[in-house]
Amino acid sequence: MRRHFLVVMSALLCLCARTSPADESARAQMKGLDEQVQEVKSDVLSIAAELNQLQEKLLYPSDTHLAVFVSLAKGETLRLDAVQIQIDGKLATHYIYSFKELEALRRGGVQRIYSGNVATGAHEIQVSVTGKLANGKDYSQTEHFPFTKEIKPKLIGVMLAGPDAPQPGIHLGDW
Amino acid sequence: MRRPWQWLSMGVALAAAAAPSPAAELRDLYFGEALYQAYQGQYFDALERLDAELAQHQRVDEPQLDSLQYHIRQADFSVGDFELRYRMHLRAGRAVKAVLDADVEQPVKNEAAYRLARIEFQKDQPQDALQALERIQGAVPDNIKDDLEFLRANVYLALGRPADAVEVLKRLQGAESLKGFAAYNLGIALLQANHTPEGLRQLEKAGQIESRDTAVAAIRDKSNMVLGSVMLRSEDYAHARLAFDRVRLEGPYSNRALLSTGWADASTHDYQKSLVPWGMLIGRDSTDAAVQEAKLALPFAYSKLRVYGRAASLYSQALDSFGKELEKVDASTRSIRAGNFLKALVREEINQDNVWVVRLRTLPDTPETFYLTELMASNDFQTALHNYLDLEDLHRRLLAWQGSFDAFQDLIRLRRANYEPLLPEVDAHFKELDAQMRMRLEQRDLLQKRLQDLLTAPRPPLLATADERVALERLRKIETALKHESGAECAAQQMQVQHLQGVLTWRLYTEYPERLTQAHEDLHELNEDVQVLHAQYTAFVRARQAAVHSYAGYDQSIQRLRSRVAAALARVDTLLARQGQVIEAVAIDELNTRRQRLEAYQVQARYAVADSYDRALKEHGSGGTP
Repeated sequence: MRRHFLVVMSALLCLCARTSPADESARAQMKGLDEQVQEVKSDVLSIAAELNQLQEKLLYPSDTHLAVFVSLAKGETLRLDAVQIQIDGKLATHYIYSFKELEALRRGGVQRIYSGNVATGAHEIQVSVTGKLANGKDYSQTEHFPFTKEIKPKLIGVMLAGPDAPQPGIHLGDW
Repeated sequence: MRRPWQWLSMGVALAAAAAPSPAAELRDLYFGEALYQAYQGQYFDALERLDAELAQHQRVDEPQLDSLQYHIRQADFSVGDFELRYRMHLRAGRAVKAVLDADVEQPVKNEAAYRLARIEFQKDQPQDALQALERIQGAVPDNIKDDLEFLRANVYLALGRPADAVEVLKRLQGAESLKGFAAYNLGIALLQANHTPEGLRQLEKAGQIESRDTAVAAIRDKSNMVLGSVMLRSEDYAHARLAFDRVRLEGPYSNRALLSTGWADASTHDYQKSLVPWGMLIGRDSTDAAVQEAKLALPFAYSKLRVYGRAASLYSQALDSFGKELEKVDASTRSIRAGNFLKALVREEINQDNVWVVRLRTLPDTPETFYLTELMASNDFQTALHNYLDLEDLHRRLLAWQGSFDAFQDLIRLRRANYEPLLPEVDAHFKELDAQMRMRLEQRDLLQKRLQDLLTAPRPPLLATADERVALERLRKIETALKHESGAECAAQQMQVQHLQGVLTWRLYTEYPERLTQAHEDLHELNEDVQVLHAQYTAFVRARQAAVHSYAGYDQSIQRLRSRVAAALARVDTLLARQGQVIEAVAIDELNTRRQRLEAYQVQARYAVADSYDRALKEHGSGGTP
């Protein structure tokens, strides 16, 4: 019975430190593979960069390119549910936010919500926001803004703030 | 050689510090977009965005006017963080190194050196990490001071310089952000520096830190586990028990702590006491190694207490349980060989958060994972797993891209079919308009020149109206004709002609300033029209170019990208298969180890059940309590 005692005790003490030649070989194999995986990641990232350039050139030429970005005001507690964007009265996008996306916005990230094409000249963007306030009340807001598309790509930044923010409402920034 | 428990504590502290830092007042939307992806853990997308933005920033003629300039240091640092988090250790740190070698102020260099050191340390290159730390000079920002010193201590530990680590860690004991971690690592450093009594006292201190923070609670449990295990080895069972008792009853170390508490009691022959932790343990998850061991340990304690009947019954239950567990292990092995383990690992619903490995156990239809939670939590296995998941992700992306090439080519074909028949006619019409436009512009230039000349050499006849010019010409012709006539009537007519010429000349000279002003105003209006014309001309030329650019010149790029994607896909698939095989092999190896242990337990239980029944019968025969 003492033998049994020793066997189980040694099993307990060795729980976290088992290394055998087989482990070492597996570790070396994993390390080799890891390096190859890193190389292929690098390669795919470079493909992605080239593909993005091609895609942008093909689908969104600079003279018609319009991109709309959404951000939350600093310290904003509004629980954003959805944002709808209309350009010249036509629906461009309607986006519903996941918890992770909302957290990323709260931390200062900026979401590219829409990429599209518009002709040069005067246009109008309508931004509609729905969500819940910190006190649990429903919140919705819609604003219209005129903008002008020139020859260069047009980047519009939409900053959202709830009614309790120092500058409440929907604000449009030109970039 | 570093031991796993050291790495775990270091990993936790460093991971917390390496989170992407929030952007200060944002000036570059694309940088904000990269952060948005990073904050969601989508590091491929974050890197793709940030790489593109940094490359573009380097290409612009005046980078200081580019919006990224405002965030350039943060962007350089972030790209290293993202690479590290995307497990691209070989590439990580290049941008930070560039900052360190650039002509920048010392505080920026200090931050770069700290970040580089952190990257090198995570790349398992402690010597390089130390070199980076040695480049830090002068004042260090307060917000990184403690993290930097903690990193320095960890680097010393990794380099086998525990005495240096002790010095650094002693100074960090008051740091709130490192609560628990600095205390635990100091204990370990002291043990490694052969200051065993002091190390144990330090671990005891670390094992009693009060905190509601789950990470601190986990490191406190770990301190107690290490302390208890060392005490158990040195046969100081009373202190070992105290340490194990401090481990929380619910937590990653609770099963091992209960098992160890029982052994500490059993080692002092207090088998009655050991029944309590072991009794609790046997009701827990039957795949856990500590629980399985307790199933033998509990009847062992009863037999020591001479309660042979209970011991025999428990051994018998253990035997049944081990048999069932062996079946589970075999089922797991079969399932892994059938590829189900890899399928379970890539299930979408389990990859949603950081505790997905734990979640695997609760998923239905994943028996292949029941015995592997511990293995899956190990660093090496995590790297392999994440690589497998990353390769799966790359595989999906590459497949999607491959599909998009056909769509691109279709789009190009349609655009070509639309524009090519239209363009010759448009070009011909444009040629005509272009010729007319050039002629009119030449006329305008001539007018402008004349008006300019009139400012220095006034010539009123040049500003005569069309009617006036016709009238003057007619008068000149009449005057010429009258020269050949004679008589009173002729003289009167000549007088009349001269009078009319005089009237016209008078008008031209007296109205000259107003006419000159009017002419300039007319020219100004014309210039405005010419500007509109120029704008339309430029817009047309641009639209004409855009029409061609919408379908011409893509074939080579698409072809090249097609080949690159195909080659990358083949590489990814090969690596995916290899990585999968390694994961499966390691998993099966682990299951074999668990199988061997269960078989050994089964043999012990079989022997012990028979022995206990014999003893129970003997006790019964001799009138004792079976």
